[in-house]
Amino acid sequence: MYEDWQRSKAQRAFTQTGEFLRRFNLDTQLVAGLGLVMAFGLFVLYSASSENLALWEAQLARFALALGLMTLIAQIPPQWIRRGAPAVYVIGVIMLVLVALVGDTSLGAQRWLNLGIVRFQPSEIMKLAVPLTCAWWLHERPVPVSWRDLGVLIFIIGIPAALIAKQPDLGTAVLVSAAGVFVLLLGGLSWQIIAGGGALFAAVTPVAWHFMHDYQRQRVLTLLDPTQDPLGTGYNIIQSQIAIGSGGVFGKGWMNGSQAQLEFLPEHSTDFIFAVIGEELGLLGQGLLLLVYGFIIGRALFMAMDARDTFGRLAAGSIALTFAVYVVVNAGMVCGILPVVGVPLPLVSYGGTSAVTLLAGFGILLSIHSHRKLVR
Amino acid sequence: MGRLRVKNNVLEQRIFTGRVTVAGAIVALLLFTILGRLFYLQVVQHNYYADLSQGNRIRIDPMPPDRGIIVDRRGTVLAENTPAYQLELTPEQVPNIRDTLTRLAGLGLVNQDNLEPLYRLVRASHKFRAVPLRLSMSDEEISRFAVHQHTFPGVEIRARLARYYPLGALGVHALGYVGAITDADLEKIDRDAYAGTSVMGKVGVEAAFEDLLHGKSGYRQLLVNAEGRSVERVGGAQVAVQHKRPRAGSDLAVALDAKLQAVAEQALAGWRGAVVAMDPMTGDVLVLASTPGFDPNLFTRGISNRDYRALADSLDRPMFNRVLRGTYPPGSTIKPLMALAGLEYGVIDPDYARPCPGWFSLPRSRHRYRDWKKTGHGHADMRDAIATSCDVYFYALADMLGIRRMHESMTHLGFGVRTGIDIPGEKPGLMPSPEWKKKAYKRPQDQVWFPGETVIVGIGQGYLLATPLQLAHATAIIAAKGRNFRPRLLTGIRDPVSGQWQRLQPVESERVRLKDEANWDVITEGMLRVTESNRGTAFGALRGTPYHVAGKTGTAQVFSIGQNQKYREADVAERLRDHALFVAFAPAEAPRLAIAVLVENGGHGASVAAPMARAIFDAYLLGKYPAPKTAAVIAGSADTAAAGQEPAGD
Repeated sequence: MYEDWQRSKAQRAFTQTGEFLRRFNLDTQLVAGLGLVMAFGLFVLYSASSENLALWEAQLARFALALGLMTLIAQIPPQWIRRGAPAVYVIGVIMLVLVALVGDTSLGAQRWLNLGIVRFQPSEIMKLAVPLTCAWWLHERPVPVSWRDLGVLIFIIGIPAALIAKQPDLGTAVLVSAAGVFVLLLGGLSWQIIAGGGALFAAVTPVAWHFMHDYQRQRVLTLLDPTQDPLGTGYNIIQSQIAIGSGGVFGKGWMNGSQAQLEFLPEHSTDFIFAVIGEELGLLGQGLLLLVYGFIIGRALFMAMDARDTFGRLAAGSIALTFAVYVVVNAGMVCGILPVVGVPLPLVSYGGTSAVTLLAGFGILLSIHSHRKLVR
Repeated sequence: MGRLRVKNNVLEQRIFTGRVTVAGAIVALLLFTILGRLFYLQVVQHNYYADLSQGNRIRIDPMPPDRGIIVDRRGTVLAENTPAYQLELTPEQVPNIRDTLTRLAGLGLVNQDNLEPLYRLVRASHKFRAVPLRLSMSDEEISRFAVHQHTFPGVEIRARLARYYPLGALGVHALGYVGAITDADLEKIDRDAYAGTSVMGKVGVEAAFEDLLHGKSGYRQLLVNAEGRSVERVGGAQVAVQHKRPRAGSDLAVALDAKLQAVAEQALAGWRGAVVAMDPMTGDVLVLASTPGFDPNLFTRGISNRDYRALADSLDRPMFNRVLRGTYPPGSTIKPLMALAGLEYGVIDPDYARPCPGWFSLPRSRHRYRDWKKTGHGHADMRDAIATSCDVYFYALADMLGIRRMHESMTHLGFGVRTGIDIPGEKPGLMPSPEWKKKAYKRPQDQVWFPGETVIVGIGQGYLLATPLQLAHATAIIAAKGRNFRPRLLTGIRDPVSGQWQRLQPVESERVRLKDEANWDVITEGMLRVTESNRGTAFGALRGTPYHVAGKTGTAQVFSIGQNQKYREADVAERLRDHALFVAFAPAEAPRLAIAVLVENGGHGASVAAPMARAIFDAYLLGKYPAPKTAAVIAGSADTAAAGQEPAGD
């Protein structure tokens, strides 16, 4: 009797939470996945930052802000987002130009715009503005994508991507272009053109190599053979592999990773935090995290398929796939199969504005989902 | 194409679903690839990596390259490497860097004043690389540290090769020196190439050819246990450790002749001055002396603040390279060049003899430009005017030429332009022109070029400024009858791998061509009379040489003491004396050496500077080297003799 009552009470609390979430357009499964990753991230960060509470609290505050923003955006009707996208895009491009002209330089790269109160990275906005604007353009246009539309989209993607690459911030430029290209691919670009583009890319690679900065080339070279330069650029990769490999299946235990705790591993609370997870929580911890990431990506893709109109589909699909790129690029670089580019592990790495941008993106996804088609 | 295109929602949905499915599959595939990689690292390779991280770990130990040695033209070693013990700190192994440095200072092992710069240097370095705190330690300091070593994890003493200059101060202004790499230097260099190296070339040959001398760092991976000791094996397994040998720097041969350099420095001892001697047919700089000098070994072993201040604050400026950076009015030494310009522009005939009343006036001006000899020189043709250094002759010649033609001619001979010597820091001097004056001054009334300014440039005064190197270079051009070799120190490079010397060809610039090549002989004859005619200004100083010397004396007025110099009463009188100059080449008929001597506040070129040049010619051409004590006697002047016995420096 009493136990039944207890269970029903728990059940009721659960359903009530669900209803509460639904009232605010928050998809239960997606939000649960995101929450899980963030909680996991905070748990790991505490150890990775060597119990630096100030840093931990800053991350917590950033998460709170990002979740608030996500909830807020989820309330905006998708049509508004669609109509607003080009305006945000134009403002973003103007700010990028301003950064190029008057921006602050930090660590040799010009990325920040100083607005007096906050220093602000306009390239972050473009991660959302570019795919949304691409989706906006294709919204009224029939499939398959015509040559003219292709040209316009390349223009929309190319301008900000070039400006960001010039800062130089190759990682973000790749993410921004990827987000735009995903819209094109999902929007029904014919397979012939995709194949042609792939061939062109292969042809252009040597040219791009010519224009790369030395440090960018070095990253690619070091990827091919990290042992070539163990004193310099190869150091990160060697140390992160030692961290991961020494973790084994179960890991050395939370707060027990010697590589990270003894500061052998550089950037252990930011870009290389995935290695700390490997060292302390083992294959199990990393596998679990990848599983949750996979779940989030899958759920987001399903939500995209449910969307009511072209804009919704394309925007939601692109947001989901961009998230996947974050995960794959960061995890791939930390375990040594992709070059070291400055891409954080989403919702786990400390700092950056990436958490805010990512959750704002999911806010858009939620907004689109709340106006899904009612019949399949 | 005129075809009506409409949106087909069903088709679109179908395409989208297909694309999303493909994308999802690719993402899943990538995630599984990563998982596979993780499985490989954590399960298959687990033991290997576990060994590396647990207890034993890899330390990457940089192996600095041997810096190339420097030899002179006879093979005498000027710069080499000798073992020294240095104190090093590896940041990643030190729990509290600031505290460690403070405690080391407490033991007297690092300088209390240097704590902040050292801390910055440590912070700017890679965490896993040893940073040198002290470049050389005495035996007593080593044992003092050894007692306390256990309280300083991450700090150790290592034997490294340190730069050593066996001849001390000899040729320091040509060779330069190596000094500690500062955090400002770190920004400019490839830090990987300098791993394990604590010094780099700062000035002179050491700085100019840093890339050749330095070589490239190698590394070896060491397996170390938790206490930082090197171990051979990890657990049961032999782990493959890598190493890459450093590539040694190239050895360099320089044009300097150490014995000749010693003669020059001995002659200059006690004076502030400069001597340059070069081979007119190659541009090889055999002597590059600037006094006072300093011992470069002070810098390679980590100079103390007090020693450095003493050098930097000295009124005699021992660190100032007078040869390259000292700009002086060349005085009468340019008279042969003025004569050459007069002949070239056809304004004067070499045999035309002009009366010299002891003064010169411009038309419609009552101002008298005085000759150095009040009574005048009587009638003098061009050769005699050079020999007696008749000012009036050259005042008149300058007035006939005009400043523009003088500027053109002198620029061809290298005045106002850098000679292009292969070590850094050279000043271009100043060959004035009306255009220059217009640019140099702001107020319109200052911008006007006055005829009187032309007149005094004719005797090497006024705005005209030249470095001793430029004077030697111009003299070499006369000696070589127009052939123009760029002054150089580097003559050979030895490849560290093959051990083969590569001899560098002299660099010949565009030849100075005359309308009449015989004009070279006219001025050479004039310069010969300077030393051989009994009216010549340097007749006494160079009497009785078995070789013929073509030379020219000079005495340059000092207008005021330098603005940055402190005013010391006792010094003023001495420092207001004229600069003494002498340029010469010998043997006149087949020149082997061109020399420029400048002695600050030396008085007369003939009595002070010319004997110094003679000492060098005697040594080089006759093999007559002065014994250390008799150097001053050979110089033959009472003034120099007194000065020569004074200790160098202040």
